[in-house]
Amino acid sequence: MSQSTKSYFLPGPSFWPLIASISLFLLAGGFSMSLNKIAMGTPLMVAGGIALAYLLFGWFKEVIEESVSKHYNKQVDKSFRWGMGFFIFSEVMFFFGFFGALFYARNVSLPWLADAHGLTGAHAVWQNFSAAWPTAGPSLKLEGAMKPWGLPAINTLLLLTSGVTLTWAHWGLMKNKRNQIIIGLALTIALGAAFMYLQYTEYAEAAFTIKSGIYGATFYMLTGFHGLHVTMGTIMLAIILFRVLKGHFDSHDHFGFEAVAWYWHFVDVVWLFLFIFVYWL
Amino acid sequence: MSSTTTTHDAHGHDDHGHPTGLMRWVKSTNHKDIGTMYLWFSFTMFLFAGALAMGIRAELFQPGLQFIKPEVFNQLTTLHGLIMIFGAIMPAFVGFANWQVPLMIGAPDMAFPRLNNMSFWLLIPAAILLLASFFVPGGAAAGGWTMYPPLSVQGGMSVDMSIFALHILGVSSIVGSINIITTIFNMRAPGMTLMKMPMFVWTWLITAYLLIAAMPVLAGALTMLITDRHFGTHFFNAAGGGDPVLFQHVFWFFGHPEVYIMILPAFGILSTIIPTFARKPLFGYASMVYATAAIAVLSFVVWAHHMFTTGMPVAGQLFFMYSTMLISVPTGVKVFNWLATMWKGSMTFETPMLFSVAVVFLFTIGGFSGLVCAILPVDIQLQDTYYVVAHFHYVLFSGAAMSIMGGVYYWIPKWTGHMYDETLGKWHFWLTTIAFNVTFFPMHFTGLAGMPRRIPDYSQQFAEFNMISSLGAFALGLSQLLFLYVVIKCIRGGAKATNQVWDGAQGLEWTVASPAPFHTFETPPQVK
Amino acid sequence: MNKKAIFFLSTILGATFAQNGNAAYELNLRAPHSEIAHQIYDLHMLIVYVCLAIMVVVFGVMFYSIYKHRKSVGHEASQFHEHHLLEVVWTIIPAVILIAMAVPATKTILAMKDTSAADMTVKVTGLQWKWEYDYIGKDVKFISNLATTQDQIHGKSEKGENYLLEVDNPMVVPVGKKVRVLLTANDVIHSWSMPSFGVKQDAIPGFIKETWFRADAPGTYRGQCSELCGQAHGFMPIVVEAVSEEKYAAWIETKKAEAAAGAAGSDKEWTKEDLIANGKTVYEKNCAVCHQANGAGLPPAFPAMTGSKVALGAMWGADGKYLKDSHVDRLLNGKGVMPAWKAQLNDVEIASVITYERQALGNAATVDPIVQPSQIKAAR
Ligand code: HEM
Ligand SMILES: [Cu+2]
Ligand SMILES: [Cu+2]
Repeated sequence: MSQSTKSYFLPGPSFWPLIASISLFLLAGGFSMSLNKIAMGTPLMVAGGIALAYLLFGWFKEVIEESVSKHYNKQVDKSFRWGMGFFIFSEVMFFFGFFGALFYARNVSLPWLADAHGLTGAHAVWQNFSAAWPTAGPSLKLEGAMKPWGLPAINTLLLLTSGVTLTWAHWGLMKNKRNQIIIGLALTIALGAAFMYLQYTEYAEAAFTIKSGIYGATFYMLTGFHGLHVTMGTIMLAIILFRVLKGHFDSHDHFGFEAVAWYWHFVDVVWLFLFIFVYWL
Repeated sequence: MSSTTTTHDAHGHDDHGHPTGLMRWVKSTNHKDIGTMYLWFSFTMFLFAGALAMGIRAELFQPGLQFIKPEVFNQLTTLHGLIMIFGAIMPAFVGFANWQVPLMIGAPDMAFPRLNNMSFWLLIPAAILLLASFFVPGGAAAGGWTMYPPLSVQGGMSVDMSIFALHILGVSSIVGSINIITTIFNMRAPGMTLMKMPMFVWTWLITAYLLIAAMPVLAGALTMLITDRHFGTHFFNAAGGGDPVLFQHVFWFFGHPEVYIMILPAFGILSTIIPTFARKPLFGYASMVYATAAIAVLSFVVWAHHMFTTGMPVAGQLFFMYSTMLISVPTGVKVFNWLATMWKGSMTFETPMLFSVAVVFLFTIGGFSGLVCAILPVDIQLQDTYYVVAHFHYVLFSGAAMSIMGGVYYWIPKWTGHMYDETLGKWHFWLTTIAFNVTFFPMHFTGLAGMPRRIPDYSQQFAEFNMISSLGAFALGLSQLLFLYVVIKCIRGGAKATNQVWDGAQGLEWTVASPAPFHTFETPPQVK
Repeated sequence: MNKKAIFFLSTILGATFAQNGNAAYELNLRAPHSEIAHQIYDLHMLIVYVCLAIMVVVFGVMFYSIYKHRKSVGHEASQFHEHHLLEVVWTIIPAVILIAMAVPATKTILAMKDTSAADMTVKVTGLQWKWEYDYIGKDVKFISNLATTQDQIHGKSEKGENYLLEVDNPMVVPVGKKVRVLLTANDVIHSWSMPSFGVKQDAIPGFIKETWFRADAPGTYRGQCSELCGQAHGFMPIVVEAVSEEKYAAWIETKKAEAAAGAAGSDKEWTKEDLIANGKTVYEKNCAVCHQANGAGLPPAFPAMTGSKVALGAMWGADGKYLKDSHVDRLLNGKGVMPAWKAQLNDVEIASVITYERQALGNAATVDPIVQPSQIKAAR
């Protein structure tokens, strides 16, 4: 056994890739159908969702088992680090696209629509439209845009604190202080859940929807995808807590923990940008 | 060396304990098998998208509407573009990366073998979605491969299918790229420093960066398109304060890096083949690396050269013109380096070298037409005409696709253990090269004279050139069946290939047997 | 091999160029007829010559090397693989050439963008699949459709000289005057392109973009829509006629008179036959692209007219107003991909085409069989 850690771990044949392919096929095909009002679509999507859940659980379980039975050497650990780092980079670029859309809309297209340069004057398509942000555009009405200093500010605090508690848990892990890890993780999860609850309240109380022009679209797209990431992150943290309880990690060997921590900090940073550019400015 | 899954290593056998038959492929975690699947997938898509192009050229053979209704014509051009780019060229390069990168850096396999197989198997649902979209009510997507709204918002269910297909392909590309980068950074044999890596590995490293940075942005653009189509958002609709041009910005922010994604690995292949047959080391290795990196960085700041006619403010127009002109400097450096590599060599012209020389020449024509398009005032005349079609086929067919063909001839002895039929290979080369030029060179003229692209019918003054193009296209299409034959023939038999295969070839892949055994470099080689 | 290839290529090219009997095809940009187009033409020639010169030098070197440095002629490979000076030189020289090209290009761009001090303004709107021209301040507004017949397109009759490049209502401008063009679109993106003037500008729905030109000689200039805009994208040409100032003034008067005559028709009582006859023309010009000349449509995107519930159903409510989702409503206001026609067709045209759709194309509506232009006028 000890020898196996010398060579790079190469997994044997696996069914998971095929299941990934089938589940995404069902999801994509089913979604296309249900968007176009074909009754078969929804059941297909549900099937795809179940397959995806099965895949995620099964595949991660396999990886965790391999990890726990010490198949992975330092080099494999490093691969995981590179892999996770680049995965987060790809996520950064995903958000970058939406932020780019927001900047473009505010700084380029809205002034243009409002004829801010006096190009077309009386011939402008939209008369009497001013580009003041927030706006739902020239032919829609925007009700009640978000204010930064209520819930969003509290949410910022929650997430920032959660970053601290998570780091505290990590210190505990480094020093093999079990209680500190568990309390730190549990606090982080609680803060994440609280964030999501507040976000949910905010959505429920909002007077505008995703259909409310460019403001509604960018607001819900950005905060929605962020919320999705917080949800994922919280679930991942819960799994890590569970693994801590099972004693999967020690002070040297805990990349699973670190990967989730990286992810959580990434989600944190995205929120800061959201707070500044979506809620505040 | 004795865990459950590495038992076969201890025995040193190739396929001990591995499923055979279909399961060998479905459950594969072997970079060579996965590479093979990628290459076959790509070839299949290449032939299919080629068949669509035959339909396009048949309709354009003469003025008037003959075979194909205009709306179906638009479906053909759209799917031809989408499938060639995402189904043929990109997977072919990933196939090369799978086969060659571990062999070239002395790694036992890719860093994440299971994810590697997932990247491949995700191509299948995407391909099914794209192909099936021809059969849904209203037919396939018809808004062009660029899918500009509002036209793409008008389309039917097939647009959704295409969008989801691209989402899935995006996941596949991102996961595949993470795998490749990790492999290159973490799995190199001892002594293989970054600046000793073969050029092909370098180009793929940079391509993978581009993919990871660009594909998520495409995913974002497509997601906004879906919500505009079905969930009432107004990203691309002025009535709600959105802007159709916003889509073009986001799309081309992905799209321009994407075109380099399709050419950098080709540069890598050329930089491998030319030194081999010149029997001389690659000239200016370091400057080649820097030029590639420079191209990659610049490729993120030139995107709006696809949008010169949208009416951007003058500052934007100037910026994007200058940056685009700038990008041709490192591109030129590469061409000069290849020439200097050939200079004073001891050259022979086997099929891979023929392809490479032709690519250098023809790609440069494409580079020059790119430069012509970069000059904004001139591009005003050329945008959305056949000139652009000529430009991107010179860089993509005679740049990317012909490099892929050259690469296949170069490495196929290592893959199959047999030499390919040199005579037929040369026939394939000459037929392809000639037919390619007959097809696409006249498009420069029709484009200059103002023939718009994406039209099923044209005015009489374009008749001669279109007929020539169509004849060339049919010949080009048929020639690829010869390629298929040569490949199959080589797999089934032929002269036994030596390990070295080409006397001038350098690199670790030539130190292993031909065909390359199922597992290679389980004990890492030492690189001096 | 090599020789054969060259021979083959040159035969093909030779055959093409020898065929001078048909002088219609061109090898270069179209003859420029505005200052900008001239500048573009010269810029293009400059770049092409520079590129050709570089090609000759660079590939001269390559083919020389291919010829001399072959193993079969016994050339031994030397092993050099670096030369810093050379590498710096071949980075700097192209950069310098590029800067030299950027200077004139920049000048032209600045000129192209300068729409100030225009003599007149025309607002051009792209629609699926035709153009609308609105002469600002002149009260002249009309639609310009493809004039080539379906028979020509489908090979049932001889194709004319300006096949696909002719319209029923060209844009007319005075020679030598600076014409500012404001562009927008109604449905999807189109692009207004006039190569002889060096103009191509996308028409973007909801936005106004501008460009300008000044025709330097009288004549008829032709261009085509240059942004994919759906199935009939290839069938929406642009024709500009540049004429003397007197002719232009006369043309404006004719257009105004036409519009007045059209409006006058609204108050007259029309017979069913006249409406159907007039409606056929309107239908074939505007509706047949989607709903097809025989009314079969292209389901599911474009519904059939024949047997259509809308085309056979009632149109007027008890209050005398048109019903929601009725035939009249659909024509005036459109729905989804179906455009709203109220701004594009006059009362007579709308009444005629509705009547035509109800009484021809295999339909014979019994409820509200015909509609009078006056009813449409009131309904607007
Ligand atoms: C010297 C380098 C290059 C320059 C300066 C350049 C410049 C341009 C410009 C200005 C356009 C826009 C033309 C228009 O739409 O009016 C364009 C289009 C295009 N280029 Fe390049 N290009 C270069 C190299 C490449 C390479 C290496 C590739 C791919 C391998 C490529 C692929 C394309 C494609 C696919 C399009 C058309 C996309 C579309 O509209 O469908 N180009 N190029
Ligand atoms: Cu580009
Ligand atoms: Cu068009």
